[in-house]
Amino acid sequence: MTDESAAGVMTGAQSSQDDVLVRVDNLVKYFPVRTAGYVRRTVGQVQAVDGVSLTIPRGKTLGLVGETGSGKSTLARCIAGLIPVTAGKVTFDGHDITNLSRRKMIPYRREIQMIFQDPYGSLNPRRRVGAIIGDPFAIHRTVTGNERKRRVQELMERVGLNPEHYNRFPAEFSGGQRQRIGVARALALRPKLIICDEPVSALDVSIQAQVLNLLADLQRDYGLTYLFIAHDLEVVRHVSDSVTVMYLGRVAESGPEDVVYGTPRHPYTAALLSAAPAADPDAAASRQRIILTGDIPSPIDPPSGCRFHPRCPKARELCGHEEPPLEVKAGDGPTHLTACHFPVEAGENLATAAAARREAL
Amino acid sequence: MSISELEFQAASVEGGPEQAVEGRSQWQLTWRRLRSDKVAVIAMITIVVMVGLAIAAPALASLVHHPPNIAYPNTGENAVGNPVGPGTNGFWLGTDDTGRDLMVRIFYGARISLFVGIVTTAIGTLAGVAVGLIAGYFGGVVDAILARFTDAVLAFPYVVLALSLAVVLGPSLTVIIGVISFFSWAGISRIVRGQTLSLKEKEYIEAARSLGAGPFRIMFIDILPNLLAPVLVLATLYIPNAVVFEATLSYLGLGIQPPTASWGNILAAAQNFYQVAWWYTVFPALALLITTLAFNLLGDGIRDAMDPGTERLLAARRGRRARSRRRKSAGPDLADTAGSAQA
Repeated sequence: MTDESAAGVMTGAQSSQDDVLVRVDNLVKYFPVRTAGYVRRTVGQVQAVDGVSLTIPRGKTLGLVGETGSGKSTLARCIAGLIPVTAGKVTFDGHDITNLSRRKMIPYRREIQMIFQDPYGSLNPRRRVGAIIGDPFAIHRTVTGNERKRRVQELMERVGLNPEHYNRFPAEFSGGQRQRIGVARALALRPKLIICDEPVSALDVSIQAQVLNLLADLQRDYGLTYLFIAHDLEVVRHVSDSVTVMYLGRVAESGPEDVVYGTPRHPYTAALLSAAPAADPDAAASRQRIILTGDIPSPIDPPSGCRFHPRCPKARELCGHEEPPLEVKAGDGPTHLTACHFPVEAGENLATAAAARREAL
Repeated sequence: MSISELEFQAASVEGGPEQAVEGRSQWQLTWRRLRSDKVAVIAMITIVVMVGLAIAAPALASLVHHPPNIAYPNTGENAVGNPVGPGTNGFWLGTDDTGRDLMVRIFYGARISLFVGIVTTAIGTLAGVAVGLIAGYFGGVVDAILARFTDAVLAFPYVVLALSLAVVLGPSLTVIIGVISFFSWAGISRIVRGQTLSLKEKEYIEAARSLGAGPFRIMFIDILPNLLAPVLVLATLYIPNAVVFEATLSYLGLGIQPPTASWGNILAAAQNFYQVAWWYTVFPALALLITTLAFNLLGDGIRDAMDPGTERLLAARRGRRARSRRRKSAGPDLADTAGSAQA
């Protein structure tokens, strides 16, 4: 990422400077690709996250969307300190928490909790639910004995579980109930930030709504801040105050939820929104899908310049050479940032352009 | 959903609401399945009886008034000095070549054999689990060193090493326990390492890390309970190995030294008398056989009871029982469940 783009983010974030809980500056995470065997030579880098900056205001929800492989989950794990960061900086509540040792990270672990995607994989099948939810208390040695049991049962009640099921095993619960267990565990230490890594994508739609409403209630009651990752655009729209769209390890566009959904400026955002299924069949019929060519490229060998240019209906020569900075485009609000040389204009028909491009290939 | 699961659900519906709150743990379920396995139950009873006899050996000795190391040249040997047969002169299982009570010596031998078997397996299991967990969880250099060391131990011709150690250090109970323990951890360690490698990638391990859990908490609280099942099966199957290993060393004269009785050294002494005193060879050999067989069958039973795949075999039996019960108290809802189970 170039210097101007970083500066662009700074100016963009200026307005909410006063009460920022999480600030990510130019975060880079490369995973080395090594040969097998004893002498493991590094033969490449998976550029999972490549220069991402974002801010999350206190008490708000930032939605993070993007295709599989766009680096959403890697970014979340970097913020949560679960994997070391290659470069860049993560600031939490004014403290630099980048690559802290496990011991130094412990106080921040109480403040930052995660809810995981898979309600089956994220609960230890051999431990009772009471022990799982009580784990945060045990690890941080805050409450013990009967008091711990009481607190755990309170939490279970708060997330809509029967406190009498304290002694059951995760296998005895449904997917939605299991996700509530995950929420209770994340809530135990009254964190400031909860990172939700696709918390509802493994659930039925009716259960999704219940869990999303629970998360919204908890946010209201405890003043929680959420980083909400999903690939379901409607879910993100429902929960988020602002949205960041990622493509191949970089931010394509970010801004307030209604602005990004209403007037997307990045062609990728526009294509993504046009691909989301609409609940109303009349709207679905009249809508024109922007069908992109090809697949998401390999993050080991990402395209030069703008990473979206090989698939972009608006790509020109410049896009293959020069990386577009993430900045405020003409006519946009101060918090709406787009990384594109040729942003989508109002009333422009991208679907036709995309179709023409497919013809040409 | 398989038939067996439906059968199982039907069974838990019948169980009624009073057990609704406490979840049945893996161990409770295993125990239920194990109890319905006749072979495993017989093996368990055999082991309990054998352990009981070993513990009660001094009491048995005083019951028949024959301490283990006292020879009875007058009553325990015939005119030419050979052992007397079972039932003669109050020797229930006969005597050995110096006129000692064979039954009492076999029970005293059981003390040594079972003690060595259980203690070495316990040491080997603890060491194997620790090494396997550490190698698997930490990975990298730690794993490379520990895993290669494990491979080296597994590749070693252990009888040769055991014999040379016994010769160099002199035969004693401590040396035997040390040697057998040393050769029993490696197999367990390898299994535990493999399981740990796959378990540590689970999302709940990441969840524990995100809560701030340290490596040892994760290893022992989150990973260990998930691999206790294979370890328990392996350990049960290692006990008879250790018992036979001890008998082998004692048989070769490098283990328990006479006059202390052990199945190995009784058998070693008996081999010169098999033509004149069959009982001298047969009874200690039978004790060894029954013990190892019982542990092996129990190990197989535990493995079957823990593996949900074998539920199907037991479900057939349970199904038959459930059907007969249903015929007595013909509830329509249960009949429905049975119908869908059959479908």
